[in-house]
Amino acid sequence: MRISPDDVVLFEYGIVKLNLTIATTWALMLFMVIGSACITRKLVIATKIPKWQSILEMIVIGIKRQIEEVGLYKAEQYIGFLGTLFLFLLLSNLLTILPFYEPPTSSLSTTAALAIAVFFAVPVFNITEHGILSYLKSYVKPLPIMLPFHIISEFSRTLALAVRLFGNMMSGVMILGILLTITPFIFPIVMTAFGLLTGSVQAYIFTILASVFIAAAAHESEKEIEN
Amino acid sequence: MDNITIIGAVSILTAGLTMAIGSIGPALGEGKAVVSALTSIAQQPDAASTITRTLFVGLAMIESMAIYCFVVSMILLFANPFWNFVITKVAGG
Repeated sequence: MRISPDDVVLFEYGIVKLNLTIATTWALMLFMVIGSACITRKLVIATKIPKWQSILEMIVIGIKRQIEEVGLYKAEQYIGFLGTLFLFLLLSNLLTILPFYEPPTSSLSTTAALAIAVFFAVPVFNITEHGILSYLKSYVKPLPIMLPFHIISEFSRTLALAVRLFGNMMSGVMILGILLTITPFIFPIVMTAFGLLTGSVQAYIFTILASVFIAAAAHESEKEIEN
Repeated sequence: MDNITIIGAVSILTAGLTMAIGSIGPALGEGKAVVSALTSIAQQPDAASTITRTLFVGLAMIESMAIYCFVVSMILLFANPFWNFVITKVAGG
């Protein structure tokens, strides 16, 4: 039994390997980019707007509100990164209802890449917002003795972010595979429905945690500026 | 028992133990979290949406402990580095 779609190699040429994870990720990205480009090509400002535009507006406003609730009040700055994360994860987790589809999030490489993106996004956002000095000073808050713990927590939370999403999605796929061999008819459907719930909750949690990390560092820097 | 048997047996046993022991803590923790969330919803039904959202996030954080155990046991069962090492050693030597 294989534990990730990385092992399915579709195409190999020298060191260039195209596995199922990359193929699915690119397919999802193409779908999202082309879909949103088609919808946003002609936007209307009127009392009666097209159906798809109103759906997209609802999604964007919903994400913006969630980001603001975490404490990032200039949500427009962050929605590009956090919203993309959320929509990609949500789409890739929800499409598990399609037959023969394996979510790219059930491979550790995808989730590790996303977690590393979050790892770098936290300092980038904070340095552009507050300057490098106040960001660095947030590491020695409240006492300089906390410095190693802050650094360890940066790495451990990145690892936790990656493994949490990977574990949840992989366990869903795995349990489904095991159930299909034991009770082939009704029960896998129930577990698929449950997998949809976990998938969307995990997408939400990944995004919320990323915004919480950004917001936490931002608050530390803001306190520094006030002092 | 030769070395291969010992490594296989210990890996399988440890995978089982990892799941068994590792799911005790998260189960108790999730139970406590749900109990206090239900109590707060019963006391303040207006705040139900906020409580539910926080509950879900918290549950997923607690659950991730169990998920780590699951990942470790899956690695021991399907991608065991020690097993692979021994197998390549045997095949090579």
